[in-house]
Amino acid sequence: MTTPTASTGTADTVLEAAGVTMRFGGLTAVRGVDLTVRAGEIVGLIGPNGAGKTTFFNCLTGLYIPTEGTVSYRGTRLSRKPHLVTKAGVARTFQNIRLFANMTVLENTLVGRHTRTKEGLWSALLRGPGFRKAERSSEERAMQLLEFTGLAAKRDHLARNLPYGEQRKLEIARALASDPGLLLLDEPTAGMNPQETRATRDLVLAIRDQGTAVLVIEHDMRFIFNLCDRVAVLVQGEKLVEGSSEAVQADERVVAAYLGTPFEDAPGAEEAAEVRAAEEQARAAGHGPAVQEDTPRAAAPEDAPRADRPPEDRPPGDSPPGNHTPEGDAR
Amino acid sequence: MTTTTPANGGNGPGKTAGTATRRPPGVFRLPERGALLGTAAAALATAASTALPWTWSSDFPGDLTYYGSPAGLQLITFAGGVLTLLFALSGLGVRGLGRLTPAGRTSPVLFASLATLAATWFTLGAIAVQLGGLVNLEAGGYIAGAAALATFLGALGLPADRPVPAGWETAPAPGAWQRFTDALASVPPREPARPLPSWGEILVIAAAFGAGLYVFTYGIDAEDGAPFVGYLIFVALATPALLRAGLVRRLTEITARHRGVALAAAFVAAACFPFTQDTDQYTIIGANILIFATVALGLNVVVGLAGLLDLGYVAFLGVGAYAAALVSGSPESALGLHFPFWAALLTGAAASLAFGVLIGAPTLRLRGDYLAIVTLGFGEIFRIAMLNLNGTTGPDVTNGAMGIPNIPNLEIFGFNFGEPHQILGFTIATYGNYYLLMILVTAVVVLVFRRAAASRIGRAWIAIREDETAAVAMGVNSFRLRLLAFALGAALAGFAGTVHVHVVTTATPEQFQFAGPTPPNSAFLLAAVILGGMGTLSGPLVGAALLFLIPAKLDFLQDYQLFLFGLALVLLMRFRPEGLIPDRRKQLEFHETGQLDVPDTRLPAGDQALGGGNQAKA
Repeated sequence: MTTPTASTGTADTVLEAAGVTMRFGGLTAVRGVDLTVRAGEIVGLIGPNGAGKTTFFNCLTGLYIPTEGTVSYRGTRLSRKPHLVTKAGVARTFQNIRLFANMTVLENTLVGRHTRTKEGLWSALLRGPGFRKAERSSEERAMQLLEFTGLAAKRDHLARNLPYGEQRKLEIARALASDPGLLLLDEPTAGMNPQETRATRDLVLAIRDQGTAVLVIEHDMRFIFNLCDRVAVLVQGEKLVEGSSEAVQADERVVAAYLGTPFEDAPGAEEAAEVRAAEEQARAAGHGPAVQEDTPRAAAPEDAPRADRPPEDRPPGDSPPGNHTPEGDAR
Repeated sequence: MTTTTPANGGNGPGKTAGTATRRPPGVFRLPERGALLGTAAAALATAASTALPWTWSSDFPGDLTYYGSPAGLQLITFAGGVLTLLFALSGLGVRGLGRLTPAGRTSPVLFASLATLAATWFTLGAIAVQLGGLVNLEAGGYIAGAAALATFLGALGLPADRPVPAGWETAPAPGAWQRFTDALASVPPREPARPLPSWGEILVIAAAFGAGLYVFTYGIDAEDGAPFVGYLIFVALATPALLRAGLVRRLTEITARHRGVALAAAFVAAACFPFTQDTDQYTIIGANILIFATVALGLNVVVGLAGLLDLGYVAFLGVGAYAAALVSGSPESALGLHFPFWAALLTGAAASLAFGVLIGAPTLRLRGDYLAIVTLGFGEIFRIAMLNLNGTTGPDVTNGAMGIPNIPNLEIFGFNFGEPHQILGFTIATYGNYYLLMILVTAVVVLVFRRAAASRIGRAWIAIREDETAAVAMGVNSFRLRLLAFALGAALAGFAGTVHVHVVTTATPEQFQFAGPTPPNSAFLLAAVILGGMGTLSGPLVGAALLFLIPAKLDFLQDYQLFLFGLALVLLMRFRPEGLIPDRRKQLEFHETGQLDVPDTRLPAGDQALGGGNQAKA
């Protein structure tokens, strides 16, 4: 089923996940996923809702301990403690923004420096020259990152008061503050408008150019296919396809996954047959426009769950043209 | 900034009320200037009336029978009259007084006159009730009452500070109560403060702390009963006047610019307190307040910074106290040791630290509510263990309920704390000595708190408090840092416990309960932190002072004391949930004012440039 990764274990491999499986009781959220990220690469991870993308991220960063499988970073196996994973050089952002809401922008970024500084309590109490020097250099690095992400002017604002797009940027700046070799972004453009999405794309490219590999989860197909060197598709906890943007876009299994018919013998097969029958019936009855409208809708990955519903649930005139396909032209 | 109204309207965020904007009328529709003049005149009369005797009998506390020298509660009326007069004159645009009201103009006058009215009428009522009838009032008393009422009525005629809201003309006319609350509402400063020369700012700091010391000393010296209640009423109503006028905000800005000077001034003012006292009657309250405040500040590390709800914190004070009691030469001590003070101090702190680590290591893996319950349990276990280590139900270490009594007074470099000493011509007795010692201990704890909070460690604590998962994902070792906060808090409490046990001379288990009528106990400590303001430096100090002083002074209420005290706490939390001295963050959290309404004090230039740029484009 899964496409084997092209080459594993080369010298420039940043992240190597081998056979990662995560079970919650009887539910297997992630099953035997292999993934490699090489230096200077941007890798995308896509999949329908509930495919296990975020669970896989949590396995990588130590928030979950995988039931089976190993995750290694630059050849060394990653610790199972999340703070040690960050220390090793893997930083992340969260799907639902998790900033320190009541700290300022600068303070948020300084917390990101935590693993790269060592000053303890005694040093803080005695305030020797070493402490001052470390604080100053931390602040310099944090300000660099805020300038890089365009937040420098808002250094003293509380994180909670930033507009949504800037909160996302701040989360990235905070993650970058730990000088990571690999940055994991969990839906960095969720809830953004097209301009903000473009700005995020430029930001991610700039991060890659600075030498940080990026692994990104995203639902915005246009964003992913324009950005990533390689895309892996996760469906029902398993890696379905991995390859270049073009290869993944052309792969019929991906289309099938988003349509809700991952396997011919899966329990969904009957329903899919029902859908096809109903569609043909509708075409025969002369509801041309409604069916025509359905096809691009179903192809749009964002609407995949909706396409699962049999068409009889949907009144024929339900979908005015162009209303439900925000990024439908991605394919 | 020498700009006038039109330019002001241009660069402000649209909220700054120019003088030309319409303002809603006050409760009475009087011409503004006339109302201000009337209020000022009546306030002057109120202040002047304190020069007359209010009663003919010296039986009322404070003796209000003199001509020409206000005494007792008359001083409060005098202060209230002068405060109202100054605010009213500032509203009239008298040169040099404009700085008194950088924000609101009407609401300070209204609050100050209300405070004066309430305190004056309370005094007159108390005289009538205590001495048996209105016949006991002299003409001066009647004049004071009438003038205070006239001041308040005049202030009610002033238009509200905030400009009329949109749709004002078409909306139904607001009722009298609505107009009253409108007039009391606070408004942001009209324009950025004109900077003072730096010596002027330092002078302002010194004056503010001097005034603070005077107000505190007046309160602590006020006799139980009517004088203290009058004082409380006045302070509770006059403080909003200062807040509404924008003076507190202004002072905060100035102290933020001169932090070192402000801290030094605060400690000098605090150290002056025993020199204002002739006897030891009130210095013991001062010393106890400092002990309580220091422990509250230690708890603030745990609760305010790291966000760990600790309901058994007083146990750490107890460990420090018992450890110090055992080694400080009490004849009943099981160890029979007599360490010098510094060694006893270290013993107390080290014992607390060890106890903190011992409790923290297994429990700090729990989150939130569970931790609170476990610490509550440990607090009680400590107390019961101390009760049982009495020789019959356990080994004889603590002497059980009898405690470890007769701890000798401290002697440092031949300076015996038990004897009165002449310092600068003032006699400082036992508790004055301990008070001064506690000032040093408090200073150390303040220093530790400040430095720990503004560091990599402090930021990590706050990050854990805000969002533990995110903090861990940023590389913060949550367990270790929580343990560090817990241990530091414990050590600071142990530090204070050592002095505590020397002040009370006996260590008994009953001093270290979860809840009780007198501080310090865990519930009061937590209340002091939350009431004062979590995560701030001065919050717990102020909260602790109030929480100690008010129950101590309201003794005369006897059975109702705790009831009224609880009621006051509930009201305070209802109207000021962020605490008396809020963290900037907390204030935003509890009074959401809109997404971008951020205090822009450090970014005025950039923001204005941005606004100007937009205007240029438009």
